[in-house]
Amino acid sequence: MVMDDVQVKDGVDAQTVDAVKALSGAYKYGWNTEIEMEYAPKGLSEDIVRLISSKNEEPEWMLDWRLAAYRRWLEMKEPDWAMVDYPKIDFQDQYYYARPKSMEEKPKSLDDVDPKLLETYKKLGIPLKEQALLAGVEAPEGERRVAVDAVFDSVSVGTTFQAELMNAGVIFCSISEAIREHPELVRKYLGTVVPVSDNYYATLNCAVFSDGSFVYIPPGVRCPMELSTYFRINAENTGQFERTLIIADKESYVSYLEGCTAPQRDIAQLHAAVVELVLLDDAEIKYSTVQNWYPGDENGKGGIYNFVTKRADCRGDRSKVMWTQVETGSAVTWKYPSCVLRGDDSQGEFYSIAIANNMQQADTGTKMVHLGKNTKSRIVSKGISAGKAQNTYRGLVSMHPKAKNSRNYTQCDSLLIGDKCGAHTVPYIEVKNNSSRVEHEATTSKVDDDQLFYCRSRGMGEEDAVALVVNGFCKEVLQALPMEFAMEAQALVAISLEGSVG
Amino acid sequence: MLEIKNLCVQLEEEDKQILKGVNLSLEAGKVHAIMGPNGSGKSTLSYVLSGKGGYEVTEGSAHLEGNDILEMEPEERAAAGLFLAFQYPVEIPGVGNMTFLRTAVNSQRKLRGEPEMSAGEFLKVVRAKAKDLKIDADMLKRPVNVGFSGGEKKRNEILQMAMLEPKMCILDETDSGLDVDAMKLVAQGVNALRDGKRTFLVITHYQRLLDHIKPDVVHIMAAGRIIKSGGPELALEVENNGYADLLEETA
Repeated sequence: MVMDDVQVKDGVDAQTVDAVKALSGAYKYGWNTEIEMEYAPKGLSEDIVRLISSKNEEPEWMLDWRLAAYRRWLEMKEPDWAMVDYPKIDFQDQYYYARPKSMEEKPKSLDDVDPKLLETYKKLGIPLKEQALLAGVEAPEGERRVAVDAVFDSVSVGTTFQAELMNAGVIFCSISEAIREHPELVRKYLGTVVPVSDNYYATLNCAVFSDGSFVYIPPGVRCPMELSTYFRINAENTGQFERTLIIADKESYVSYLEGCTAPQRDIAQLHAAVVELVLLDDAEIKYSTVQNWYPGDENGKGGIYNFVTKRADCRGDRSKVMWTQVETGSAVTWKYPSCVLRGDDSQGEFYSIAIANNMQQADTGTKMVHLGKNTKSRIVSKGISAGKAQNTYRGLVSMHPKAKNSRNYTQCDSLLIGDKCGAHTVPYIEVKNNSSRVEHEATTSKVDDDQLFYCRSRGMGEEDAVALVVNGFCKEVLQALPMEFAMEAQALVAISLEGSVG
Repeated sequence: MLEIKNLCVQLEEEDKQILKGVNLSLEAGKVHAIMGPNGSGKSTLSYVLSGKGGYEVTEGSAHLEGNDILEMEPEERAAAGLFLAFQYPVEIPGVGNMTFLRTAVNSQRKLRGEPEMSAGEFLKVVRAKAKDLKIDADMLKRPVNVGFSGGEKKRNEILQMAMLEPKMCILDETDSGLDVDAMKLVAQGVNALRDGKRTFLVITHYQRLLDHIKPDVVHIMAAGRIIKSGGPELALEVENNGYADLLEETA
């Protein structure tokens, strides 16, 4: 929010305006870790791709894969169809690899990790000690523990609970480790959900991804704890390109959480991730994201450009995937977690809250591609716009000729706070058989003055009242999140909207 | 408790005067009723006192226990002990009734610098008070006022009042849209809160609510002014003769 020329609403006194001023830019994770870094030279070239590959001690096949992607990328054009507006990115003015110097020798265990890095995650509320804590919620008697893979700029710092997960047959490690230790799995699945040439940013990611998480759940195994990856961009002018690959084998189950933050910087930073989920027969994956990259300041200076390709391939019959996302950060968001419902009776669900405040721009949604018989999908999207932000829901529901008796239900709600923001809904629906059913419901509403007055007349401050009403608006999606995340997300909704009234 | 002097109010958007010098003095522990025909300014008075936007006070004052409430934000007025039971309680989708109540109770406590009520204590208190008003557990869980019947909405307002324990309660046409049984239940809830110190301003069209909530003083309001004040018998007079005679008397 531009605080100098802010239109003060009637009935809001000077004190409230001051309080709001003090709060705007209250991004909680904007601090920076002072740590000695090692960078690859600035810019992008085949040499840089080779360097990243050699830093990760990759086998030849991996390097060849990257190089093929890089050559392909050179011939591609940046897409411009999304409703986002940002200055042209100079891909030669970025660092593509940055790692803390202390990570040069790979730590053998968490005890060997640089205390500064451990401290960083502690400050973020992500303990890398193997005690089950997330978002300050104490786990009762060792119940409900969460294993964490922590990615700092270009490298994975450490992964907790690995040994215990191994006992259950679960592989949870950084993708660089997986390429070295489990090449047979990586070669079989990497790039099979999001092909190398899928889109501009995904192809770029294929060439330069440095780290990320890898999960394999063997047949019949219910992962004994929640898995999570915590991404932190710290270095300046550095792009983070992470790659996540999760394979749920037959009749397995896993719940996976992802969190992201970055320091407050004046120069925008690039983040282009690819997430691939593979589901075999009767497998189930729950994938939850709380994306809180630095959104830029109230004038739109700085912030993360978030170009992400996430896709799940339900290739097994009766498999089920559920994407839940809370998108509150980033200056620009371009993200469509999708489901390819290939297996018969497979199911895809997408629950999303996208909040855009100040000058943020979000173009987000999902694709549900129904290929198999009796496939089902459900989309619940809640977009909230405040300040001068623009928020677009873009979704595709496609019923292919063989997807007989398939169903989709889409509910797409937009909430506007103030009169300078925008909400847009762009649904694409293709139905190529006559036994499938597609339903689409959309609403747009404003935060109602009567609701705010009702809350305030009961003693709640104006900002608390907005947070309460908005959290109510998002409830269906918040409920889809794992408990710890739901509480964090609820608090985040309130923080993201600070300064949105008045 | 509440002193209103020469209160003049007009709409912010248009140059239309609604209250034209209202004077009221409510002593602690008393029940005052305001009756009057449609459009006389009764609801406006309740909104202006509780701080709703869209109105401009052009003259006069309102003090709660000596504090100028017209200068306060709505939430500050609430924390100072003012409560308005809405004629049309507002729906808040997705927000559980219990969450709403607890947020309200603790927000007020915070504003007054008091410690928050713990989840356990809150639950105990709210269950007991809900029971008295025949509000079941399901209604406490449902989103605030969403899908509530007219009676449920009004009982819910009284539940909020019971939980927030205000000093000064304004009831804006709490009887509207209620059948006899629901009205009795609401009146019982209000009477249970009469403790000799708490003050009530009951706004109503009809005398029948006053059969259940016995007022100490009755005021008749017309065209933005209090035109007559008296004892409970004044309400009966209106019931029998309508407002026409009174209006002529003062014209």
